[in-house]
Amino acid sequence: MLAESLFFSAVLFTIGVVGVLTRRNAIIIFMCVELMLNAVNLTFVAFAQVYGVAGQVFVFFVMTVAAAEAAVGLAIIIALFRHRQTVNLSHINLLKG
Amino acid sequence: MGHSELPLFYVFHFYFFGIVAVASAIAFVTRKSPVAAALWLVNVMFSLAAMYVLLDAHFIGAMQVLVYAGAIMVVFLFVIMLLNLGHADTLADARGMWWKLAAGFVGLALLAQVFALTRVRLPEALVLPEGTVADQVARTGAIAPVASSMFTEYLLAFEVTSVLLLAAVVGAVVLGKRKEREHAG
Repeated sequence: MLAESLFFSAVLFTIGVVGVLTRRNAIIIFMCVELMLNAVNLTFVAFAQVYGVAGQVFVFFVMTVAAAEAAVGLAIIIALFRHRQTVNLSHINLLKG
Repeated sequence: MGHSELPLFYVFHFYFFGIVAVASAIAFVTRKSPVAAALWLVNVMFSLAAMYVLLDAHFIGAMQVLVYAGAIMVVFLFVIMLLNLGHADTLADARGMWWKLAAGFVGLALLAQVFALTRVRLPEALVLPEGTVADQVARTGAIAPVASSMFTEYLLAFEVTSVLLLAAVVGAVVLGKRKEREHAG
């Protein structure tokens, strides 16, 4: 099932990228990043079936990093919301020239 | 990869959960309400967990349900509700036509690239005989192969991960804390 897994993984990753590019809500963009991480995890698991369980160990590490990233990223979003009263990225333009 | 010997039951469920995952992901990026989007993403993660189980990664499937669908998505929903973002109409959320065109273009280019990569021939020397991982799981259980690899070969990475988690906890607390001076001043 390697080819099928890679197919689904590629489609999910692309949906994540398109979501990041087309949305303005910071939380939804963040969830799209999570979707991309999940797509990569599917690739790891599919290759683990062919190359040995090291791929599954890597998925474990990716999950840990994703959890850390979610904690810090959501704290940043909360701080941002406190500052600007919005999570819409088009209103957060402090660095825009 | 001749999978003609795989039972129809297996193949059917693999495609079923894959199609459910992709459909849920499309629903996820097109929903306006953040709560609905988060719930569709939970659906994607459950489908992926089922696919992991079908790919002989039972432990990772369980972790997917516990960590991703259970913990991470609950934190997302918690923040959405804490900031009261559940109402879709207050956000002009989707970007304009040019952004959508650019996103479609980037998506197609990326998809073409990834499909080109999937055609790459795998190095034969590294490929295990077919069914090795399944045999390993059947012989020693689902957790033992992952655990023995993690606590011997990847022990350093495992330890560094704990430092990463500590840094994330400290960072989240520092970022989430209100500054006392702002209130005083």
